[in-house]
Amino acid sequence: MTEASYQTAPIPAAPTDAQGALLASDGTPLKTKLRDSMRTRRNRAFGLVLPLLLFILASFIIPIVMLLWTGVYNATYAVNMPASAPLMQAWDGESDPTEAMAEAMVRDLVAAREAKTIGKVASRVNRELSGTRSLFTKSGRRAAKMEAPYLAALEKADKDWAELETWQAVKTAATSLTPAYYAAAVDAKYTATGEFEMQDEVRQIHLQLFWKTIWVSGAVMLACLFLGYPVAYLMAHLPARTSNLLMILVLLPFWTSLLVRTTAWIAMLQSQGVLNDIFVWLGITSDDSRFSLIYNMTGTLIAMTHILLPFMILPIYSVMRAIPPSHVRAAKSLGATNWTAFRRVYFPATIPGIGAGGLLVFILSIGYYITPALVGGQDGQLISNFIAYHMQRSLNWSLAAALGGILLAIVLILYWAYDRVVGIDNMKLG
Amino acid sequence: MELPPYATLGQKIWHYVFYAICGLIFLFLITPILIIAPLSFNAEPYFSFTEGMLSFDREAFSTRWYNDILVNGMADSDQPRSWALFREWLWMGLSPVHTAPESFFTDMWENAQWIRAMKNSFFIGFFATIIATALGTLAAIGLSRAEMPYRGAIMSILISPLIVPLVITAAGMFYFYSQVGLSQTYIGVILAHAALGTPFVIITVTATLVGFDKSLVRAGASMGAGPAKTFWKIQMPLILPGVVSGGLFAFITSFDEVVAVLFLAGPEHRTIPRQMYSGIREQISPTILAVATILVIISILLLVTMELLRRRGERLRGIRN
Repeated sequence: MTEASYQTAPIPAAPTDAQGALLASDGTPLKTKLRDSMRTRRNRAFGLVLPLLLFILASFIIPIVMLLWTGVYNATYAVNMPASAPLMQAWDGESDPTEAMAEAMVRDLVAAREAKTIGKVASRVNRELSGTRSLFTKSGRRAAKMEAPYLAALEKADKDWAELETWQAVKTAATSLTPAYYAAAVDAKYTATGEFEMQDEVRQIHLQLFWKTIWVSGAVMLACLFLGYPVAYLMAHLPARTSNLLMILVLLPFWTSLLVRTTAWIAMLQSQGVLNDIFVWLGITSDDSRFSLIYNMTGTLIAMTHILLPFMILPIYSVMRAIPPSHVRAAKSLGATNWTAFRRVYFPATIPGIGAGGLLVFILSIGYYITPALVGGQDGQLISNFIAYHMQRSLNWSLAAALGGILLAIVLILYWAYDRVVGIDNMKLG
Repeated sequence: MELPPYATLGQKIWHYVFYAICGLIFLFLITPILIIAPLSFNAEPYFSFTEGMLSFDREAFSTRWYNDILVNGMADSDQPRSWALFREWLWMGLSPVHTAPESFFTDMWENAQWIRAMKNSFFIGFFATIIATALGTLAAIGLSRAEMPYRGAIMSILISPLIVPLVITAAGMFYFYSQVGLSQTYIGVILAHAALGTPFVIITVTATLVGFDKSLVRAGASMGAGPAKTFWKIQMPLILPGVVSGGLFAFITSFDEVVAVLFLAGPEHRTIPRQMYSGIREQISPTILAVATILVIISILLLVTMELLRRRGERLRGIRN
């Protein structure tokens, strides 16, 4: 065959419109056509994700947002005391209470007593100034018989109504949209005149609790790092068969129920437990001075470290596996000692794994609830336990929401950092 | 990790010290989990080894706590029981026309606390897993398409149930669900557990889809198969190991979850972890250790299943070590 026989037919000129843009076979511009097709594909991909997105929004995001909203918005007073609420909000908080305020207050007290909502209102105001609960219930009982002038009648019923402080507390409670709960969550007070001041020294508990939570999370993270790093190193440098066997020892705790592991630690650490028995047997301590290892901070730290250790080992291990052994060999051949080769070459290469594991452990431990609740005793309680307490026992949901909002903000910052350092796509399990 | 022949004495010492340290850390990891098994056979109502147990006295061991799992909470646990009665009960209960006879086993099935907790755990776990796996798999397929818009943002929203502290999640759900009438219902707990399980499904299925060869789908389509057929016949069988392990993760999440149950469930919806939680808080007895031992055995079985699935997945996708 000759070259000539390969001659091809001339390529027909592509159809174009007046501006010279390419047209598809059905006459529409190719650009539009391509855009439409891309849009269909995007919509199709989005359509696959949409059901889950809606589900997560409805069952997870919206509930949390609504809870957080109660942290800045509490309308208990405004809803149940509709006459006095606007007057109280308009009052400047410093001048003497007016007769109009007192009249509205008496009318509201009568109505609230009939509607049986006075208890709710009383405990709402009581949170602003303790002791006002009985003031409200007592005045509520007498309000029906009160006559003008109402201010004097209220003061006659209970002399606390003569105090400016009482009215200020009512004003604070009457303001629905308020930073008071967030202020309370950081141990500050939002006063009726709209200023912030710190709580008395003895009543400051939350900031201390936040610091304790962060301190515990940091301690657990460091403990996990010190225990996890050598283990990960050993597994990464053993032959695959042996390291797979050792991996089972890491994964089994990972797969075992949290409650089981907490139970196990109670059996290990309690004063009649395995560890104390061994200490007595070894003569480290005597039978009647056994160590108290559980139902305190020690117990929380030990159990949390054990529970979170696999989350540290796994990312470090997978990073170490990927480090070529030739790097350390090269360093040694250039005269580095073992220690220098480790410090200057190997360790820097494992930092991504340490970052991933450390952040994950920190994020998980800062929100820990079950283990501190079960083995923490008095001083091992963390911020999560307080949130649960205010949700379930004291029923101060707004304060719980404010504490939760701060905790969530901390976690989301760490989550963002984790995304930057590791990328959530690279999160691996097991 | 082999010691070279020219290692100095110091290096040798360090080598063995390092091994010893690692051994101790592994001991720390595994001892608590293994220690509960012998303790659960304690004849005495204690959480510690008795003198008799240490000297391997037969009398010091018993299975009474395992029996307690079955009978605790029953109306009358002294009724006769035997294999024949059990077979009869099972047979009559399974057959559509008859109802099971009133016997020890009916009583146990209806009233024993741990049995009820087990039924609740499996019921809630089953439906939560179905929802999480179905929605999560679809979403993972969508997310791994190149043309997916706002991928990063959506991914971080969908993974967030894993990151947000459980107390906040549970408190929010408690607050919201009680307003729409879902608190203290099975549906509320199931929805909560499904939301908590989806991140695991997304992570595992996305990981499987990374190695997925898209030309296989195109090849199927070029031979005339529609989108549904290519999905069920080509894509699904290949990503199935990821889907199943994601589902297992979702199930174990639900099976192990207690905070949401504490907030959302009523007394009749108690699951196994919830029952353990109150057991530890209120009346600590070795029954909890017996339950824990059974759960450890279940987690060993799950671990083995996951490992087999992983190997199968790698084989299917042609990854070899």
